[in-house]
Amino acid sequence: MTDGYAVRAEGLRKRYGDKLALDGFDLAVREGTVHGLLGPNGAGKTTAVRILATLLRLDGGRATVAGLDVARQPREVRARIGLTGQYAAVDEVLTGRQNLEMFGRLFHLGGKRARLRAAELLERFDLTEAADKGVGKYSGGMRRRLDLAASMILAPAVLYLDEPTTGLDPRGRGEVWEAVRTLVAGGTTVLLTTQYLEEADRLAARVTVIDQGRAIADDTPDGLKSRVGGDRIEVVVAERSDVPRAVQVVARVADGEPEVQETELRVHAPVTDRVAALTEVARTLQDDGVRVEDIGLRRPSLDDVFLRLTGHRTDGADRTDPAELSRKREAAV
Amino acid sequence: MSAVDPGVADTRGRTHGRVYWLLADCWNIVRRGLTAYQRQPVMIAWQLGFPILSVLLYGYVFGSAMRVPGDGDYRDFLMPGMFVMTMAFGFINTATIVVYDSTKGVIDRFRSMPMASSAVVAGRGVTDLIVACAELAIMMLTAFAMGWRPDGGWGFLAAFGLLLWLRFALIWIGVWLGLIVPNPEAAGGLFAVAFPLTMISSIFVAPGLMPDWLGHVAAWNPVSSTAAATRELFGTSVGGGDSWVEQHALLMAGVWPVVLTAIFLPLAVRRFQKLSG
Repeated sequence: MTDGYAVRAEGLRKRYGDKLALDGFDLAVREGTVHGLLGPNGAGKTTAVRILATLLRLDGGRATVAGLDVARQPREVRARIGLTGQYAAVDEVLTGRQNLEMFGRLFHLGGKRARLRAAELLERFDLTEAADKGVGKYSGGMRRRLDLAASMILAPAVLYLDEPTTGLDPRGRGEVWEAVRTLVAGGTTVLLTTQYLEEADRLAARVTVIDQGRAIADDTPDGLKSRVGGDRIEVVVAERSDVPRAVQVVARVADGEPEVQETELRVHAPVTDRVAALTEVARTLQDDGVRVEDIGLRRPSLDDVFLRLTGHRTDGADRTDPAELSRKREAAV
Repeated sequence: MSAVDPGVADTRGRTHGRVYWLLADCWNIVRRGLTAYQRQPVMIAWQLGFPILSVLLYGYVFGSAMRVPGDGDYRDFLMPGMFVMTMAFGFINTATIVVYDSTKGVIDRFRSMPMASSAVVAGRGVTDLIVACAELAIMMLTAFAMGWRPDGGWGFLAAFGLLLWLRFALIWIGVWLGLIVPNPEAAGGLFAVAFPLTMISSIFVAPGLMPDWLGHVAAWNPVSSTAAATRELFGTSVGGGDSWVEQHALLMAGVWPVVLTAIFLPLAVRRFQKLSG
């Protein structure tokens, strides 16, 4: 029935007033994988997830989750999904255990099974020690883990993670990534929205890039990065006369033709053996007596991917997704 | 993966039927609300302390200076008014919790679950009514300690019922506002709106003592009808006016909440449905 896809969306449309948040959005997520949905603020990521989670009605197109139509069988879909939004949707006043037991009862597990399931999940998300403390005292990472645990009460077929690490420190981010990996090892399909290429790279087997409500690329993270050219070495020299020499040196280690930005005296080129290339270029230029203002390695950012795919930068300011806007209003809270 | 059959919600739903699950979901939301109070003694203290303080403060401070038309005791006039005021301010509690839940994604989580979504709102309402009962009981005991002696019996129960009836109607204003107000801080600002709305009424001062035009506004304020009706039912009827609406306080104390519910329940439901765009 699901022909190997946990989530399928075809030509999704969503309109807010005279703005199209989704404009013929397509998505196909294979069962048992992490699929990244990558895009800047306002691209329509949150709108897409909210439609797939039955929280928003769609204006056009068709979407199925676990083979069920989100518009026609919302109740059935809800019994098979978990959702973790941008803000940990747990009750701050209750303890972690009380939260999970409450959600368990609301998932109709019954009191006893809700208690067992809560204990099990607390253990699995490494929250047993903090289980009986109020969530208000949890760190950001712990809160997000509790939120994940709450989404996992029914062991859903599909889990949506809407920017699960936004606003977390590196440690909290690592904790969440670890938890997501464990979930997928257990067979859950994850749809992960993110603004960070690095996050998609670490977690996702496949990535859909979304811009202005449309999928503009669907590829593996490596495939995406190779379109942008992977890592780049970048050298800025002090004297204009040194630019040709810098180009020569960089070309020796580079995978492609070095590019030159004359005005900034900047030379950059794609590289694979990153550190070797960097030391080689630095040493050679020093031996030649070239004065180097700056030298370094740059990983391709979402910005680079975007620039390459769309020809414009990721400044979402002028086309903000209303669903995300309303969440931003919440971020201020 | 520790296995819990993902279809579990469906099968149990079938054996029990929709009404059973609506009630069960509702009860679980109520439990959540009450556990929150239990975990936050400060919240209880504030919730119950404020009414006690109000009774003491207004009773002793105003009580010594205020007068009522005729030769009634101002405290007999004031106490039912205080009860009404607490019920009236209750919509701010409702709004605050709803705005918190909707901005923190808790309502979204509920809506993404295979539970009855109407239970989210219904459970909130039941919780608020339970809390309102506790508030009224505490205030009445305080008033009693200060020498307030209402009639017992059916009249007393009817008065209690009318107070809850008003509170019930205000739940929908609270839910509606909670879904509109952008953040919990702004919900605190609702006090600024609620305060004058309760002051321009017969809660503290008989409308007959106000400037004519203001007196009319105050008499037609829905909370005035509940205040006058409960004064009557408590057997401490003082300071009533002779305009039509003041003469028919009992009737209007029943009617006003119906009107408010008829307006704000659909608004709240529409706002809730609008969450799904």
